[in-house]
Amino acid sequence: MTENVITTKDLVKTYQMGDIQVHALRGLSLEIKRGEVVAIVGPSGSGKSTLMNILGCLDRPSSGEYRLDHVPVAGMADDQLAEIRNRKVGFIFQSFNLLSRATALSNVELPLRYAGNIAGRRQIAEQALAAVGLEQRIDHKPYELSGGQQQRVAIARALVNDPAIIIADEPTGNLDSKVGQEIMDLLMSLNREKGVTLIIVTHDPKVAARAGRIIRIIDGVVEAAQ
Amino acid sequence: MNLTQILFEALESLNSNKMRSGLTILGIIIGVAAVIAMLAVGSGAQNEITGSINDFGTNLLFIFSGNEQVEVRNPRPLTLKDAEAIGDPFFAPSVGLAAPSINGKHIVTAGGKETSVAVNGITASYAPVRNEVVGEGEFISEAHVFERASVAVIGPETAEALFGRQTGLLGETIRIEGQPFRIIGVLEAKGGTMMGSQDDRILIPLSTAQSRLEQRDTIDTVDVIFIQAVSSEAVLQASEEVAQVLRTRHRTAIGMDDFTIYTQDDFLSTAESITGILTIFLGGIAAISLLVGGIGIMNIMLVSVIERTREIGLRKALGARKNDILIQFLAESSLLSLLGGFIGILLGWALSFLIEKISIAMGSPFYPSITLDSVLLATIFSLVVGLFFGIYPSNRAASLQPVEALRYE
Ligand SMILES: Nc1ncnc2c1ncn2[C@@H]1O[C@H](COP(=O)(O)OP(=O)(O)OP(=O)(O)O)[C@@H](O)[C@H]1O
Ligand SMILES: [Mg+2]
Repeated sequence: MTENVITTKDLVKTYQMGDIQVHALRGLSLEIKRGEVVAIVGPSGSGKSTLMNILGCLDRPSSGEYRLDHVPVAGMADDQLAEIRNRKVGFIFQSFNLLSRATALSNVELPLRYAGNIAGRRQIAEQALAAVGLEQRIDHKPYELSGGQQQRVAIARALVNDPAIIIADEPTGNLDSKVGQEIMDLLMSLNREKGVTLIIVTHDPKVAARAGRIIRIIDGVVEAAQ
Repeated sequence: MNLTQILFEALESLNSNKMRSGLTILGIIIGVAAVIAMLAVGSGAQNEITGSINDFGTNLLFIFSGNEQVEVRNPRPLTLKDAEAIGDPFFAPSVGLAAPSINGKHIVTAGGKETSVAVNGITASYAPVRNEVVGEGEFISEAHVFERASVAVIGPETAEALFGRQTGLLGETIRIEGQPFRIIGVLEAKGGTMMGSQDDRILIPLSTAQSRLEQRDTIDTVDVIFIQAVSSEAVLQASEEVAQVLRTRHRTAIGMDDFTIYTQDDFLSTAESITGILTIFLGGIAAISLLVGGIGIMNIMLVSVIERTREIGLRKALGARKNDILIQFLAESSLLSLLGGFIGILLGWALSFLIEKISIAMGSPFYPSITLDSVLLATIFSLVVGLFFGIYPSNRAASLQPVEALRYE
């Protein structure tokens, strides 16, 4: 029995839109173990992205508890959260979110800069790019790369600080299914080789099928865990 | 991160968006260059005018007989004795030198040419008091005054009018009202002033003028007494002392002075109020160009904020703290502002230089003068504008939750 890397209890997220309150999460509890591959599925608007943003410490819940790597995250100051994002979390976005004017290498180096890591930065970033099969493209700008290659750069960037979890919100959503499967192959192999915990939001059943576990979210709560 | 690394990354970032950086710099350059050139023209004009007033002499006071403010009964003229008393350090310790002069306009002939010229009867102290310099020959000495010598020092314009040249005139004879005078010196050119040309006149010994040229009821009467105070701080004190001496000698009642004293400062302050208006006017134009430049900077900074907000969101998602973001933008903005300010200073200097060259080519030389004040003003302003409009939006973006900044459109 391995330990939990993520534990949430009664997460609530409410958005105030003028007079209307939007309840994106309504008391969501879940547990994810270290080294797991979890797919998060559910209808559009059910709160998947909201949950991912909270799990990745990009946003704060309105109420509820969240422990990441045994650390209660809810009450932390902004700068402490920044450090958690930097060291414990790797993000992969649907729209890649690379700095368009920087090279692949500079993009991958970015998390290392904020980790205060100066010596050997370039080498570490090069290794991460090699790990995603892009050693030939380190000096390319994002617009000189295909969508799949851009997502590989994003994966290298997510990996570079050796995070405990990788959070991917529809990582294959902007890619065709063949390239999407290649990206999934890559993520799965990273999970196998480095033991990194993967949490993937997806609408694609083929992607979800590769996960060890599927969590279905409906209307801001977990419907069933298998 | 250390400073060189921060600067290096700021350079990298500016370099990767050349268009935006260039436009921002352009706004700063135009603003700074305009301010520097405008203020240089203003202070150039000021120097010109105060310079020509200082050519009159240094620490100078003028005493005229008569008083325009009050009606004085039985006014007494200024006399040589008055000048002697004023020049006496016992009565007026703040007075360095007193130079009486009598002024007339006379017909002068030489070699068949004739001209009507101001002829001033003066003493030896006139030269130091009025900053007169002879280019050729010598000035009128005390001996000349004592002997009532028939000698003359002539202005360069007068020399040109009578002889067609300004050199080789020593020993030539001119006739003032038919009486022969030997030329012993030619003055150096001073240029025109508000009081007319100082280059078209003839100086002769005061005693000679009294006895030969002027038919006056009182032989001792003089028209003006020029006074040089011992120092620039002593000018007002000298004015007081002179008034005291004259009141005693003329036995005038209080407030019924039959003479008037002007200081050089009276002229200077009038001139300065005129050039002050000019400088304010030019400064106003410059301020408008700075404002326009500032608005340009602001526009570009704000337009790029959408792109930058997403960038900030991403950087925060990857672990940047608020300070990391602020330092980055501070470094970028200050680099831009300083670079723009530097180029602007060079351009403003080049503009002033161009104005100088054009004015010289057009025959009316004018020398703009760049002051440290204007450089500081322009640099500080552009720095503040650049920093404010660079930092303000990024500070707002950096305070957002990363997810909000990432969603920003
Ligand atoms: N910033 C926001 N302000 C207001 N309402 C929001 C905001 N973000 C999300 N919501 C609302 O919260 C609910 C959940 O949104 P969320 O983006 O988490 O859905 P999702 O499951 O990711 O959907 P999709 O599969 O389409 O990406 C939706 O009703 C959405 O309208
Ligand atoms: Mg979503």
